[in-house]
Amino acid sequence: MAAVEVEDLTVRYGDVLAVDGVSFAAEAGRITAVLGPNGAGKTSTIEVLEGYRPPAGGRTSVIGLHPIADHRTLVRRVGVMLQSGGVGTGVRALEALRHAAALYDEPLDPAELLERVGLTGLERRQWRAMSGGEQRRLTLALALVGRPQVAFLDEPTSGVDPVGRQGIREVVADLRDDGVTVVLTTHDLDEAERLADHVVILDHGRVVAAGSPAELTDSDVAEVRFGAVSGLDVARLAEHLRARVTEVEPGEYLVAARGTPATIAALTAWLAERDVALADLRAGRQRLEDVFLRLVAE
Amino acid sequence: MGPDVKGLLAHLRLELTLLARNGESLLLTLGIPVLLLVFFANVDVLPFDGEPIDFLAPGVLALAVLSTAFTNLAIGVGFEREYGVLKRLGSTPLGRPRLLAAKTLAIAVVEAIQIVVLWPLALVLGWNPSVEPFAALAALVLGTIACAGLGLCLAGSLKALVTLAAANGIYVLLVLLSGMVIPLDELPAAVRAVARALPSGALAEAIRGAVAVGVDVPGRAWIVLAAWAIAAPVAATRLFRWEAES
Repeated sequence: MAAVEVEDLTVRYGDVLAVDGVSFAAEAGRITAVLGPNGAGKTSTIEVLEGYRPPAGGRTSVIGLHPIADHRTLVRRVGVMLQSGGVGTGVRALEALRHAAALYDEPLDPAELLERVGLTGLERRQWRAMSGGEQRRLTLALALVGRPQVAFLDEPTSGVDPVGRQGIREVVADLRDDGVTVVLTTHDLDEAERLADHVVILDHGRVVAAGSPAELTDSDVAEVRFGAVSGLDVARLAEHLRARVTEVEPGEYLVAARGTPATIAALTAWLAERDVALADLRAGRQRLEDVFLRLVAE
Repeated sequence: MGPDVKGLLAHLRLELTLLARNGESLLLTLGIPVLLLVFFANVDVLPFDGEPIDFLAPGVLALAVLSTAFTNLAIGVGFEREYGVLKRLGSTPLGRPRLLAAKTLAIAVVEAIQIVVLWPLALVLGWNPSVEPFAALAALVLGTIACAGLGLCLAGSLKALVTLAAANGIYVLLVLLSGMVIPLDELPAAVRAVARALPSGALAEAIRGAVAVGVDVPGRAWIVLAAWAIAAPVAATRLFRWEAES
């Protein structure tokens, strides 16, 4: 069942078409990542769903309700994490969370939630004294304190160090276990691949691909990629493998063949004869990054 | 206690906590009025007829309203807007009516504290008031609405730093021009006419008429004050943008 539906959405800023006919659905209780480079229309899309801006065209619904017309009902059931800011500079962490908790009927316990996002010990720290990562974790907690049914998280890990990012991802993954529908935006491919059940790739305001990370990376393309020292004799290797081989960038090779065990064996044998160390090898399954870069380049 | 009231009180409490934590706000709302009252009551530099404190006390009460409802409100809301605080609150069940109610109550609480501090201080300094409670309350309410409306016009349309500069600059100008510490009679006739048309000038006249011995509020001051109390909030609803330009 879809908790969030977007149909042929367009968003316009003056003459600029920021979102151009986007459609997708976010399943209830799943994590949907809206992925794309800066300026792809991710935030514009999510802010329509949050009720912040009227679309120029198309239809959207969140748990069957209209983001603007039903705003008063939705604010009790939807948690929003903005892309930046959201808290006054002089507000302390626990104070902000207690204030937010008071706005909901059955909030989570502020102190426990602060611990869950890894801010224990910083209860009295003011916003202005927090690091970027601490601020992101507090805004995540603010989005979750009202026990939302749907959480919209706009770039939840941007500007956060790797450890903090991991902590935020764990909290988001736990939301799925609690049955919360999560729609997050990110330009971090790795994040989408690891965290999301469903990925919608946006570029220039359009959906260029959508599916589970496995579907998106499951390659029909017959190719084997490997990394090794640059300057290998690709003509000889091509002859040996009976497939076209190109050095796509220095030290990065592409073999136009299915990654069958026989092909891989032949490849490694050829390299072994020449005592060439293999830096990495990918066959059959592409990384989301490969898919993404190919789609965005097209 | 219903969640509606609970949320309202939580927001009022946060507003007051932040104000008490913010040194600039305390200086503006309490420090400056107290300082001006004590200084000019004791240093004989201003040209007064009679006791300076009888002129100063009502003027400083008007100044206190101006600092709270105009300058402090404008600066606070300007930064809340710039930092995305208003935007975030827009996605919570607080809602704009309760946000405005909490801010209004916060202003009322601060003004009550200002009166509680300034009134006895003025009495100690020799002030001899004669209060018409209804007129005083009406002047306070109308003046607060007019000042807050103007403050929100700035805060809702300009960048926070521009609002900060403008709110402080206009404050200084209005304090000098509005007959709060300098009698209007000392100003050139043209400036005096402008001053009487300003909300702060009318507020000072109205408060003076309501609390000073032998002075009535001129009808003109009520008309000017009421007009600003209607026009300023109407302009604010037109000009106010909840989100800062990114």
